[in-house]
Amino acid sequence: MATLIVSPSPHVHSGDSVSKNMYNVVIALLPAYLVSLYFFGLGALVVSLVSMVSCVLFEYLIQRFVFKGKTTVWNGSALLTGMLLSFNLPSNLPWWMVVIGAFVAIGIGKMTFGGLGNNIFNPALVGRVFLLVSFPAAMTTWPVPTPFSLHYTDAETGATVLAMLKGGFGELPSHIDMMVGNMGGSLGEVSAVALIIGGIYLMIRKVITWHIPVSILLTVAVFTGILHACNPAEFASPLVHLLSGGLMLGAFFMATDYVTSPMTHRGQLIFGFGIGVITVVIRTWGAYPEGVSFAILIMNAVTPLINTYVKPRRFGEKVKK
Amino acid sequence: MKTFKIGGVHPNDNKLTAGRKIVDVPLPKQTVIPMSQHIGAPCVPCVQKGDVVKVGQLIGEANGFMSAKIHSPVSGKVAKIDMAADAFGAKCQSVFIDVEGDEWMDNINRSEEVERICGLTGPEIIKRIADAGIVGLGGACFPTHVKLSPPPGTKADVLIINGVECEPYLTCDHQLMMEHGEEIFIGISLLMKAINVQRAIIGIEENKKDAIKYFQELATKHFGVEVCPLKMHYPQGGEKQLIDAVIGRQVPSGALPIAVGAVVQNVATTYAVYEAVQKNKPLIDRVMTVTGKSVKNPGNYRVRFGTPLSDVVALAGGLPEDTGKVIAGGPMMGRAMKSIDAPATKRSSGLLVMPTLEAQRKEMDNCIRCGKCVSACPMGLEPYLLMNEAESAVWDRMEHDRVMDCIECGCCLYTCPSHRPLLDYIRMGKATVGGIIRARNAKK
Amino acid sequence: MNLIVASLITLGVIGIVAAVILYVVAQKFKVEEDPRIGEVEEVLPGANCGGCGHPGCHGFAEACAKAESLDGLLCPVGGIPVMTKIGAILGMAVAESEPKVAVLRCNGSCANRPRTSHYDGAKSCRIASATYAGETDCAFGCVGFGDCEAACMFDALHINPETGLPEIDDEKCTACGACVKACPKNIIELRKKGPKNRRVWVSCVNKDKGAAARKACAVACIGCGKCAKVCPFDAITVENNLAYIDFNKCRLCRKCVAECPTGAIHEINFPPRPAEPKAEAKPVSVEPAVQEVKEPEARPEITMPVNEPVGTAVSSPTSEICEDTKAHAAEETKIQDEESTVRKTRHLDATPQTLDI
Repeated sequence: MATLIVSPSPHVHSGDSVSKNMYNVVIALLPAYLVSLYFFGLGALVVSLVSMVSCVLFEYLIQRFVFKGKTTVWNGSALLTGMLLSFNLPSNLPWWMVVIGAFVAIGIGKMTFGGLGNNIFNPALVGRVFLLVSFPAAMTTWPVPTPFSLHYTDAETGATVLAMLKGGFGELPSHIDMMVGNMGGSLGEVSAVALIIGGIYLMIRKVITWHIPVSILLTVAVFTGILHACNPAEFASPLVHLLSGGLMLGAFFMATDYVTSPMTHRGQLIFGFGIGVITVVIRTWGAYPEGVSFAILIMNAVTPLINTYVKPRRFGEKVKK
Repeated sequence: MKTFKIGGVHPNDNKLTAGRKIVDVPLPKQTVIPMSQHIGAPCVPCVQKGDVVKVGQLIGEANGFMSAKIHSPVSGKVAKIDMAADAFGAKCQSVFIDVEGDEWMDNINRSEEVERICGLTGPEIIKRIADAGIVGLGGACFPTHVKLSPPPGTKADVLIINGVECEPYLTCDHQLMMEHGEEIFIGISLLMKAINVQRAIIGIEENKKDAIKYFQELATKHFGVEVCPLKMHYPQGGEKQLIDAVIGRQVPSGALPIAVGAVVQNVATTYAVYEAVQKNKPLIDRVMTVTGKSVKNPGNYRVRFGTPLSDVVALAGGLPEDTGKVIAGGPMMGRAMKSIDAPATKRSSGLLVMPTLEAQRKEMDNCIRCGKCVSACPMGLEPYLLMNEAESAVWDRMEHDRVMDCIECGCCLYTCPSHRPLLDYIRMGKATVGGIIRARNAKK
Repeated sequence: MNLIVASLITLGVIGIVAAVILYVVAQKFKVEEDPRIGEVEEVLPGANCGGCGHPGCHGFAEACAKAESLDGLLCPVGGIPVMTKIGAILGMAVAESEPKVAVLRCNGSCANRPRTSHYDGAKSCRIASATYAGETDCAFGCVGFGDCEAACMFDALHINPETGLPEIDDEKCTACGACVKACPKNIIELRKKGPKNRRVWVSCVNKDKGAAARKACAVACIGCGKCAKVCPFDAITVENNLAYIDFNKCRLCRKCVAECPTGAIHEINFPPRPAEPKAEAKPVSVEPAVQEVKEPEARPEITMPVNEPVGTAVSSPTSEICEDTKAHAAEETKIQDEESTVRKTRHLDATPQTLDI
């Protein structure tokens, strides 16, 4: 008889794995991806493919030649970073800028900290914010949605909803258009409906829990609701805030990133609340029209602190009534 | 339907042997009876080489209060008293008995009839239980008489009977409930008398619908006994989780169940109590489940202690070709065995044969800080943090983060997408911290 | 002009205020410390290994400064030279103490100790040994997951992938004792380094009865007591079926090595005996021996030629060997006869198949 295997208990596993989680998020992003391919055509395709391929490539190269360890490119985390990065970029961004963004996201945002699991900030957002501060012009001229457009960098450009709010010009698109995604913006953030479908899929597959998205969206809705009630002329309605910019993408896909969000549900609620508040503050009073990326990055930095101070409810602990 | 409130997981229950009748395992040629089959000090052998013993005769005298007597499960001659390796490779003093016939002690009532009347007082019942060497048969093997003698100043108000059997694969308790329901109810009333409570609740998980129905019928005839159906939720069979699920009280950190007025006993223990008190039969056998997806003839077997586990496996059709791991107990908390030649003991609640492919652990990845272990922990701990602390050997931090609360249920490792050996490290840390705490208390 | 004056004044005021705050804080929170502690700490190696039993070098320096005499205080890394310096700083005498080195008391390599199960949990000796008795039938021996290697701060200890056992580099070992503490099986012992690094010790910690120990491992100590009988200096005691050589009494005569029927007693850095000059001087390949017993489940082994048996990890310069051979020649011939039979099993992987006798 062959020798028996001995290991400590437990001897069964749920079958969950890192790659399963990653690919589930990729699947959840597909509806939004299809919508952006429809509205932004060739540009969306080029930017997203360049971003995904270069992220995977950079991850492979760094793990293979800098760390000289085993490579984990197939667990889908680099692919996901690439996808999320491209979702945060305008579809007319030159390809070499996308490559720089991918390098910063993977090389600086993730690998300098020691790879997946050790990064403090969401890598895709690090890449995005780097591009935003390096190439502010290119990063803030968004193409106007034209179904199946074959233009790439030469696409017709226009302002986003939030830029219109900030500058106080232009006519806002209808709520229906904003829901579907028929408005200017980064390529993956426009369609609220597609993003919500993806988010619900993630919750059903138990990849994420409701805590972070709900607390972000609720905070933004309540905060802007109060502002709107005080002065409807100056502050936009909560619905416009919820549907515009990168809020939906941020709430469902960027803020819920495992590595950079708190461990406990209570911590996640605090985290979401923080993101909501900072987003609204930046959008309303800040220099940039959009603040979701910065809000998430700021709260990423606070996450270790939340993990230290917000502990799960211990068994046998007296529940305060 | 009720359940406990924090954490938990839902492993596939795989109860392959549900409804299989209990089969007696034939007597072996030689039995090896380890003198340590319980938590606490090992027994001292009270027979000599060459002695002739009968079934039920005392062969190991309890060594102190925190110990449980051991009786001969067979009749025959003591071949030797020597060290023998248990299923995990640890050596333990054992009594080797060559089996001759099947001659029982005269004072044991071997009739099949159910004895309902008991004229004993509470302390007398506890004395009988101690004399019969009964331990908790759920797996922990805590001496039952110790559990029934609450420390001064505490008083139980409810008896909780554990019929949960939340471990996947195992069905021995379920089958025992179906075949010996009446005896278990008499055992419950004996236990109620022993600890002087008026109320007993039997917790049964909903995947045992027949047992819930049967016990609910029986409960109508017994005053003060209720059946509490529970949602399937691992680790509901854990003492603290069961108390929380059934009566909604949470045992504080570091305290015993008696702190919230509860005493928990397993159904198999309750049956053993019935046999000991009403039939005068000491604990010499138990029901165990032999199971596994590729086992030819899985089932529930009544086995005398000391029988080589390989005999039981042979009865179940032998080890299949693809055997990778044999687990003593269930897949969540059972221990993987090194050899199946070791004898059955009071701990043997099951034998699970796992194929090689399923048995091997996956390679571990970086922690992706998903927090799934935190959500799954039924004690509200942070396994990822405890593992890091154990790796970097910061024992004071570990103690502060309540590693001693860990019940080693395995939910964290079960749920970890990165296949990190969380529980391995936590268990090691728990042992180390426990040692530090004991040393500190000894100094005081 | 005004601007410059204004900024000068502002900066100056800020500077003065900051200086005052710093001064006040430094005074308020000043910790009185013996200045000699700092001096002592500078002499110490600064590895913070904890080998002295104090929390790091600073802790040791504190203990030295506080102590009335330096008896019982020893920095195992720096040894006597460092202690002498400390003594000079503190104005105290230093007692001489013998240098020590870590010694492995297990020879249960893959070849000597067949594996009877396969461990698949976290790769840590502490965890593996808490889970069960180990992959082999020997519940006392080396587990081989390298807790000692991880604990060693001087790169002196490495697991040999061929044997699955740690090998200690005498040159680098400082006898700090970190590995001794890390080993859950208590296999590593700090022993006297010995003249010319020569040592004799029982390389086994198995307390099982002889038959069981031998069954589990070919080179186990079976507690037969032959070594204790043959020892002229009364240095060997047999307790719990296990022999132990007291290094304070041992005079390195090596009679026990020849007497041991299982080859559990090891000698190291001795000149080769004339009987088989090849055995130690010439590199011995162990590969055939290992492959013969290797099980299919054996953990992946990196092919790495091992040039010396474990027992002779550090070789002395050649000239010394020749010189010593003459000196010992007379003594060697006496025990030559018994030896030729015993010799075969003496060293770990130097099994008869590989020896050119």
